[in-house]
Amino acid sequence: MIVDLAVQGAQMLLVLLLAPLFTGFVRKVKARLLRRQGPPLIQPYRDLARLMRKEVVLANSASWLFRVIPYLIFAATWVAASLVPTFRIGLLFSWSADLIAIIALLGSGRFFLALAGLDVGTSFGGIGASREVMIASLAEPAMIMIVFTLALIAGSTQLSTMVAFMASPQVGLRVSLGLALIALVMVAIAENGRIPVDNPATHLELTMVHEAMVLEYSGRHLALIELAASLKLVLYVSVIACLFAPWGLRPADTGAAALAVGVAAYVGKLAIGGFLLALFETSIAKMRVFRVPEFLGAALMLGLLATLLRFVSGSF
Amino acid sequence: MTLTVVLGCATALLALAVLAVTIGRRPAATRLVYGASFVVAAVSLTAATAHLLGAGPAIGLTLPIGLPWLGAHWRLDALAAFFLVVVDLGAVAASLFALGYGEHETAPERVLPFYPAFLAGMTLVVLADDAFTFLVSWEFMSLTSWALVMSHHRLPENVRAGYVYLVMASFGTLALLLAFGLLAGPDGRYAFEQMRAAHPSAALGALALMLALVGAGSKAGLVPLHVWLPLAHPAAPSHVSALMSGVMTKVAVYGFVRIAFELVGTPAWWWSIVVLAFAGVTTVMGVLYALMQHDLKRLLAYHTVENIGIIFIGLGLALAFEAHGMIFAAALALTAALLHVFNHSLFKSLLFFGAGAVLTATGERDMEHLGGLIHRMPQTAFVFLVGCAAISALPPLNGFVSEWLTFQAILLSPQLPSWGLKLLIPAVGALLALSAALAAACFVKAFGVTFLGRPRTPAAETATETDSFSLAAMFLLAALCLVAGTLPGLFIDALAPVTTALVGGHMPAQSGDQWLSIVPLAASRSSYDGLLVFLFMVLSGTLAAFAIHRLASDRLRRAPAWDCGYPDASPATQYSAMSFAQPIRRVFGTVVFRAREHGDMPPPGDTRPARLTVELRDLVWDVLYAPLAAGIGIAAERLNRLQFLTIRQFLTLVFCTLVILLLVLAIWS
Repeated sequence: MIVDLAVQGAQMLLVLLLAPLFTGFVRKVKARLLRRQGPPLIQPYRDLARLMRKEVVLANSASWLFRVIPYLIFAATWVAASLVPTFRIGLLFSWSADLIAIIALLGSGRFFLALAGLDVGTSFGGIGASREVMIASLAEPAMIMIVFTLALIAGSTQLSTMVAFMASPQVGLRVSLGLALIALVMVAIAENGRIPVDNPATHLELTMVHEAMVLEYSGRHLALIELAASLKLVLYVSVIACLFAPWGLRPADTGAAALAVGVAAYVGKLAIGGFLLALFETSIAKMRVFRVPEFLGAALMLGLLATLLRFVSGSF
Repeated sequence: MTLTVVLGCATALLALAVLAVTIGRRPAATRLVYGASFVVAAVSLTAATAHLLGAGPAIGLTLPIGLPWLGAHWRLDALAAFFLVVVDLGAVAASLFALGYGEHETAPERVLPFYPAFLAGMTLVVLADDAFTFLVSWEFMSLTSWALVMSHHRLPENVRAGYVYLVMASFGTLALLLAFGLLAGPDGRYAFEQMRAAHPSAALGALALMLALVGAGSKAGLVPLHVWLPLAHPAAPSHVSALMSGVMTKVAVYGFVRIAFELVGTPAWWWSIVVLAFAGVTTVMGVLYALMQHDLKRLLAYHTVENIGIIFIGLGLALAFEAHGMIFAAALALTAALLHVFNHSLFKSLLFFGAGAVLTATGERDMEHLGGLIHRMPQTAFVFLVGCAAISALPPLNGFVSEWLTFQAILLSPQLPSWGLKLLIPAVGALLALSAALAAACFVKAFGVTFLGRPRTPAAETATETDSFSLAAMFLLAALCLVAGTLPGLFIDALAPVTTALVGGHMPAQSGDQWLSIVPLAASRSSYDGLLVFLFMVLSGTLAAFAIHRLASDRLRRAPAWDCGYPDASPATQYSAMSFAQPIRRVFGTVVFRAREHGDMPPPGDTRPARLTVELRDLVWDVLYAPLAAGIGIAAERLNRLQFLTIRQFLTLVFCTLVILLLVLAIWS
């Protein structure tokens, strides 16, 4: 019990501490691919530390909700991220929320972020919020369809059980799994506001989605929202890694040395994921906002097709 | 005993209605009527809750009123007790709210007599145990609510709403009448007891079920029978809107459940296909309609349509599982549907109360004229936000629990053997997921445009917080939303006798699970713990706030908005309800509503303002109702000639009819 609690705590801290590093890593790789030097790997930590120490400049028309929302978003994302198996399955509290609940937790974060975009009463906040909910209205059902597919394969919506099944030889190669993987990557790109859906580095107002919603935030509030965004990115990479590359994940009753291997494997997987993301982002152009529904509609259809295949026959 | 108490409560409400006719104009009448309704509903709620939790046996009672050879049968079983809890809880909250809200009513004598009568009508529908009593109570409920819709009868839109409502209500009752007629058979077995004992043939049962779907569905708001709902619900005073949307639609669901799961016998597998298809379409259409609205109360009314779809998805799944003998899965799906009935009655009432509070504070229902109310009505804004989060199915609130259970029921359905269901259910699941995401968008819009941002009109700028009775009612419902979301196991366990009575099984008892989590099947398969998620969120949020304020900085400075360096002083530059929905309108609306945007840009030098108009078509109305209404009009025009015949022609007509009827009879036998 104590060990389980310690592992759960370690997991919470691990994702929290790794999240900015991962964001920094993706930035660095992107810069190097563009033959730039790029900021140092630890730059996101420095940014966060500086933001947290700065005073908050709050718009005159901002309400109490605007000040609460960063904490809400951070809490929802952190809780969700600490329930995804990273280096060990069978986390102490993994039964408290299954994959559907984890997605819904992220949905809560987005709900409040969109509200924050509307709170100050500026046009850019509104543009970001309205585009974000449009993207979410397709990304979320696509994600649920992916969960359906995986749940029907593994016979569970519980992430721990799903991962244990995916790591076992029973799983085999399946058409529906392939479709689900493609759809999941598409959804992950859209949900995290990466190119080609949104550009995290943009400063051109009319193309922003996520950045437009947080335009009025400053200081510690902005730091929390940035941290939550990094956490969400790590969460999605972890979900993809633990479901489709469950190698190196340690079962529940392993010693410290084996857990260290598990952590190393996880960091390795994050590095590969980050590299692939950076590679993908540098090799593709951002699309117009109204092409995004087509992109996500394709993800939704892939998810639906995968689910249908599972309904029709257990062998796909 | 319990049945006598609840029937006594209904009688007391009727007496109160009669009293209200005489004293309706007195200033003290408002307090008296709503206070008395509150007390009576609370007594009835206590009795019903005790019966449901005690899982006592069904109690029957026959009174010598109504049809002389039949009498009036009443019965309180687990299903009736559950729906009575929903009705009475809504009534308690609405009466409490109206203690404050009713003071602003301009013509209380048009509301006060009908309000207790409406409550009594809903109670009696749930308790009725024969077809005659059921239909009389049903019609009484419809007519009293119609009178409440018409309470502000001078507004032309209310007159139209009342007319459409009356037509649709009559149509629905006609369908139910025929359904009961089929079930009663030629020898008039009108008591539900006799219908339960008789086993109708498959074709008869199917026909009765479809008629019940049409009859109850039109009252509940299934697409395409929903047209009256978004007109009538917002037209009534807000506490009545809350009752109509939150509670009366549930009474309609009760009617369907009673007929489909009890009276028509064992279901055939294909019934569920019809129910699921209607439900899936209803879910997405309802939320898309809601997204296009900028009238706050109409938005809420359309959104009820979506939730009715979710409930019917659960019911359809339960029918499918029951038809294939999968008792456990049927119990899960039915529990999900019934829990959503309860949850929706909570948050929809809450949201309508919030809309009512906004209406009294500003005199506006149009969101385009509101904004920034969170500064002037902070408490209303808080509870409205809780309602919005609950209805958007966000954990750890209650809306999520029932949707989660519905998803779990869907995940059990690949074991169903029939191909139609195998292909339909994934699509319905996708529609459900789509509607959940769209609902979140809809309520970001509803809350964001109404309460956040800067005030768009002087009315919104000078609003004041609503009275304490209204706030008490809203806080009560918001607290219940949180309790039902964090301790869902208690509510699921309370539903066990209901599902046992209807499908012969129930979900495993949840109260023994660790940390009050809910586990539908097995812990390795799926589990969810709202309490723990809530605690974790509170803990990590507070921890972050504490750490940052302590270790980093807690300084704060107010300044003008940044807005990329170009803040505009005019509140008109904010996003409005229309512009917020524009991306979604463009993605979905171009197909569903044939949405077209027309821009009118004046040439340079011309000083008139540029205009953007959006044209939306309601295809259900245009394709289904408008031709029907036109057809009826033409037919009436033609038949009108029959009124101006000579006596000779009339006699010929009667003679011909007689001959034809005799011929038919001769050929038939």
